[in-house]
Parts: sequence; structure tokens; C-alpha cells
Amino acid sequence: MLSRVANNLCWLGRYLERTENTARLINVNANLLLDLPRGITLGWEPIVDIVSGKAQFDQKYASAEEKSVITFMVSDSDYPGSLLSSLGYARENARTIREIIPREVWEQINELYLFTKEQGSKAIPRRTRYEFLTEIIESIQKITGILAGTMTHDEGYHFLRIGRNIERADMTTRIIDVRSASLLEKTENEQIAFENLQWMSVLKSLSGYQMYRREMRLRISRPDVLKFLLLEERFPRSLYHTLCAMKASLCHLPKPDAIISDITQVEKELLSANPQSLKQEKLHTFIDEMQFGLIRVFNTLSEVYF
Amino acid sequence: MAIEWDKYHVGQFYDELIEAQGKPRDYAFHLSEYLAGLSDAELTEYKAAADSAIKVMGITFRVYNDEEGSIDRAWPFDIVPRLIPLNEWREIERGLKQRVKALNMFIDDLYNEQKVIKAGVFPANLLEKSKNYLPQCRGVSPPLGIWAHICGSDLVRDQNGTMYVLEDNLRVPSGVSYMLENRQVMKRVFPEMFEHYDILPVDDYPSDLYDMLAALSPRNIEEPEIVVLTPGIYNSAYFEHAYLAQQMGAELVVGDDLVVEDDDCVYMRTIHGLSRVDVIYRRIDDAFLDPEVFNPESALGIPGVMRAWKAGNVALANAPGCGVADDKVVYSYVPKLIEFYLGEEAILPNVPTYRCNNPEEREYVLANIEKMVVKPANESGGYGMLIGPHTDKSEHDKFRKLIEADPRNYVAQPMLLLSTAPTMVKTTAEGRHLDLRPFILSGKETKVTMGGLTRVAMVKGSTVVNSSQGGGSKDTWIIDTENQ
Repeated sequence: MLSRVANNLCWLGRYLERTENTARLINVNANLLLDLPRGITLGWEPIVDIVSGKAQFDQKYASAEEKSVITFMVSDSDYPGSLLSSLGYARENARTIREIIPREVWEQINELYLFTKEQGSKAIPRRTRYEFLTEIIESIQKITGILAGTMTHDEGYHFLRIGRNIERADMTTRIIDVRSASLLEKTENEQIAFENLQWMSVLKSLSGYQMYRREMRLRISRPDVLKFLLLEERFPRSLYHTLCAMKASLCHLPKPDAIISDITQVEKELLSANPQSLKQEKLHTFIDEMQFGLIRVFNTLSEVYF
Repeated sequence: MAIEWDKYHVGQFYDELIEAQGKPRDYAFHLSEYLAGLSDAELTEYKAAADSAIKVMGITFRVYNDEEGSIDRAWPFDIVPRLIPLNEWREIERGLKQRVKALNMFIDDLYNEQKVIKAGVFPANLLEKSKNYLPQCRGVSPPLGIWAHICGSDLVRDQNGTMYVLEDNLRVPSGVSYMLENRQVMKRVFPEMFEHYDILPVDDYPSDLYDMLAALSPRNIEEPEIVVLTPGIYNSAYFEHAYLAQQMGAELVVGDDLVVEDDDCVYMRTIHGLSRVDVIYRRIDDAFLDPEVFNPESALGIPGVMRAWKAGNVALANAPGCGVADDKVVYSYVPKLIEFYLGEEAILPNVPTYRCNNPEEREYVLANIEKMVVKPANESGGYGMLIGPHTDKSEHDKFRKLIEADPRNYVAQPMLLLSTAPTMVKTTAEGRHLDLRPFILSGKETKVTMGGLTRVAMVKGSTVVNSSQGGGSKDTWIIDTENQ
């Protein structure tokens, strides 16, 4: 397999996953805001923080109010992490490897891009937002389904999967980092009352709420949520699971040793850190280390294959 | 309305299927009966079925326009096939093989001994001014002395039914994938039409192409690594590049995928590391092939590939520099070249061609420009030409000036009355002008596609068949009439 093609497949996996995660993030935040009392202004800024878009956001928008943040996140073509940009990159990647991926996948991506481009303004009014974002999430899931069900699970497929998992690991750690920080900033009584609600939203951002309930059957609590999202091997969006999935894919590829050893390194840190009991500052440092670890993994991957 | 042959207007042209109003040619009888038996509803339905098959099969070509940029368009296809009897085809095939053989000998000679110039058959000054002559190729002898491995020659028929060669495309001729796909569409949509005819198959082209390319491998190994080099997804023929790579089981690569190492061998970058490449079927122009030697700005090419090619470590098809014979001035010498190299008379005639660098011929062209077709020597795709009878005086004057400024760059031909074939216009058939592009593969043996790509001008009276300028296409049937 050509390195360029492998690289394209890996990034295609990343962009598709990024699109789904971003859409979910906005949806959940919108939902959460409706539940919070008006006095608590959690607002939209954390969303921009999660995707590390603050610097770019501030250049163009006066304040982080709802409309600006959503425009920025959905249809701002100057911001490379917007839904429209991610889908645009996914589409260009898919176009150059059309003969490698199933035809329906190319068609779906193309359609979804055009849909987002034409109907992006639907994300702004609260009335149409949910439906618009759900359409995007479902389309991406359909694409993932077609890929799993019709593409030969050859080297190319594993590059797609690695791309998806590394993006997922990245997003999971970002969400935990930003959300836990904004949750703990203030410790006044009335806000603690809503902490529960906010941890729920963290779970929902990663579509983990239902699975968490099945698994834990307890009141939602910070240590349990952290444990679930970081360490639950069987939950497909937990950090530990994505690392295992990458390793499994690498077994199908040539010369995986250096990359696997990088992943194992991250894994060891993760399992030995007991993250659920870390206080905020230490948790932040720990997540940073995880992120650096993921960057190392991706760099080694690029060196070996691309 | 359906199709009524009694109302089909043949006019002053030679029609490929209908001899005269109401009278189909013998070999087209069954086809004409079949078509006439279809109702309006059926015709509409079949046309829609063909269009939808083309869409579903993803047969596209790329066009550029100012509003939309570069877009994929569905391949335009007409459901009425064009028929050529096998005995006539065999003769054309012989003519094409003869022609391409002489052209290859000519190219090899130009880059080596230049016997043809020494013998006074081909003027040295024409070579000096040729844009596609590459001095960097002097002294190179590619395997078997073959430079143009894949040639697409355009054939046209005049009002008397004579088949002429209009031009030879020796650089990166395209269209063969559409010839293959047109047949697939016809089989899907009109299986009944095939019942009355023995139609010779076309689909062994990709394996013939593979065999020809594999035989060029510098390494004597079981499975040489063959790649198709494309300029990328924005090229108008990208569909074809991807299609042929897929059909041959070869890798489709862009310049960045390949690298020339210190050992002067070409490698491709794979996830397993560098992997040696033996044969490059390149679909990019000479000028972009190697930024070390040609256009240094080229981002499409592979630095050092000329070194590797000259060292005999990689085969390039077609060889660099073979465009020297893909020149409308050289074209006018082809009958003489056939005589010079093969001692034979040309089987397929050329369209009479006036060379504007010859003062007498130039005078004639300038005086009769309104009756002539003027072509620049090195353009393809129908760009930059003048069709005298279809344009006004200001255009004529413009071309007179162009010719006087650079006579070597222009040739002119009398306006041929191109043959027609019935073509669907809504639910009836009208005559439209067409040409034919067969593809000739030259390797250990020479092979010609069974028929070729028939291109048809969809606009009434137009003779511009290029898909980039609104032309369409037809399936081409070489039919064995012996067994009927």
C-alpha cells in the first residue's frame, strides 16, 4: 500500500471522527444550558476551549456568545476544526482515494459535505439545531457502518481505524480536561448542586451516559465518571479502549513495534496513575501527559509509514 | 415520433448506417429494424437507463469552468451504436499498424542516426523548430526501439466513404476507458441488440496493456511493478487513469509517491518502505516529467526519473520525446516516412495537408482560408484551431496574422465533409458528425483495439467531437458479417 494512500485513509478516519465528536459536543452543550439555572453562566466558551480554538476565535468574534460560537464551530471555513472544514478535508481525502474506499462511502461524504455547506445556518436557531446536528452524527455513523460492513478489512481499513481511534482518544481527553476544570473552578454550594448535571453532560458528550449507568448503577460522581471514561476497557470511547484498538489494528500492519511500544508507554502511565482520585491540578498535568503521549504515537506512526 | 428511417435525412454526407433515405446499409439492417420497432416511451426509457447506468458506474470526465471550478461530469453517450464490418476493419487495422511502426522508427531515428534527414526526406530545420523534440533524449535507445507504446490515431471518413487518418496522438492519448465502458453500458441496457450480430469483444485491452507494459520491465522478474502516473484528481482524464490502474491491478501514483535514489532506480513510498518500480505508464506531459531536466517548477513529476530512464533502470511509456512525431507538420510527412522506413505505400491515406512554412502552400492557405481548417502544430483537444467555413472574416484575418507570424506552427487542411451516423435527438434519430479513435499498442507485437472510441458532435452540423467541448460518444461495433 502506498504511503500517501495510507496517510489519506488515516486522516479520513480522523476527520470523520472529529466531525461526529464536534457535532455531539455542540448538541450536548446546548442541552446542558437549558437545564442550568440562569444565574450560572457556563456558556459556550468551554466549547471553544475544548477544541483549543480560543486564539482563532478571538480574532474574529467579539464575545463567546451562542451564535458566534456555533457559527465558528459549524460553518466557519477559516477555522480548520469547524464541521464544514473537517468535512471538506474528509471529502478531499476521500476523493483522492476513491478507488480504494467503497463507492457509497465517497457518495455519503460528498452528500454530507454539501448538506452541511447548504444548511449550516440551521445550527443557529435552537429549534432546528438538534435535528441538524443529529443528521450529521447519524450520517457519520452510517459511513462508519458501511466501511465496517463492506470494505475489505485490509491494511487500508486498519489505517482508517487507527485514525478514528487516535482522534477519539484526543477528544475524550480534551473533554475531560476542560469540563473538569470549569466544574471545579467555583465551589459555592449552589453550583455543587449542579455538578451532577454537568458530569452527566460530560458523559453525554461522549455518548457514554447510558453505558455508564448500566456499568456503574450509582449516583454520578467524579471518580466514577473519570474511571469510566479513562479506564473502562469495554467502552469504545474510553481512552484505554482506543489505545487497545490501535494496538489491535497495528498487528495487521508491517513494522508496528516502535508504535506499539509508544502506545504501551501511554497505557502504563494511564493504568498506574489512578486518575479517578487525582485532584484538579494533578489531573490536568496527567491529561497533558496523555496528550503528549498520543502526539508521540502519531508522530512515530507518521515516521514509520508515511 | 419514434425512429422512421424514411424521414432520416442523409444529405450530402456519408452516413455510417443509412445509405440513403429509408435505405439502411446491409450490415445495419437488423439494427435499424430493431430501433424502428421501439416506441417513444421505450426510447425514452432506454436513454434514461443508459444515463443512469453511466451515473451508477461513475463514468465521468472533468471539465473546468469559471463558475463551478473543476467538476465531474457524467460521460455523454448516445445509444445508437456505430457499425463497421470486420473485413473493412482488418484493412484499417493493417494501415494503423503500418503507420505506427513507421512513426516509431522515425522517432528512434531522429534521436539517433537521423538517416531520414541525411537522406533529405525530412528537413532538418523542421526538427530544430519542433516544440516537442527533446535534445535530452539524443542517443537513447529504449527497449525494442519503441518510443510510442500507446498511440491513439483519429480517423475520419469523408463524403465518399474513404477513411483518412486525421492525426496521431503519441503523447498521452486518452479515451480508451470510455471505449470499454461504452460497451459495458450497451450490454446492460440493450442486451437484445446484440442478438443479431457477432460483435467482436473489446475488453481484453487492459490485459493487453498490462502485457505490453510488463514486457518493458528492465528486471526479468515474474511480476514487475507497474504504476500509472497521474497528474492527480483535477486532471480531465483522472477517471481513466484510476480505471486503467484498477483494471490492470497496478498502483495509481502521483509524482510525490515516487523517488529516484542514488542507484538511479525509481522507488515508490509504501508502508513497507521503498519498493522498486519497473515500468511507469505516465499520463503526464514531458514538460512536467522531471523537474531536474525539464520544467523546474513542476510539482507533478519525479526529480531524476530521466536519469533512471536513460540508465535503463525504469521503462517509461510512452517514452519522453516521442511527441516529436505528434505534430501536425510531421503528420504531413507520414506517407513519405512509411515509404522511407518500410518501403511500402501507406495503406491509410492522410488528409491533404498544406504546410504553412512552405511559401507556395502558405500563399494558397492565406488565399483560401475561408474554405480551410487551420490547426496549430502542437495543440490537442481541438483548441486553437480555425474552421474557415464556420467563422467570419475577423477570425479569418486573425488567423492570417497568426500564420504569417509563425508559419512553422500552422498547417491547413481542406474542410472535409465528415461522415454522420444516426444519433438520438429526443425520441428520433438525426445524423451527427463523428470520428473514430482506435488505440494501437506497440511492444513485442502490435495490437489494435477492436474498433475504438467513436466520438460524435452532438450539435447539429458541428464537427467538434471533443468531450471537453460538448462532444458525445457511441459504442463502436466491429461486426463479423461472414456468418450471417
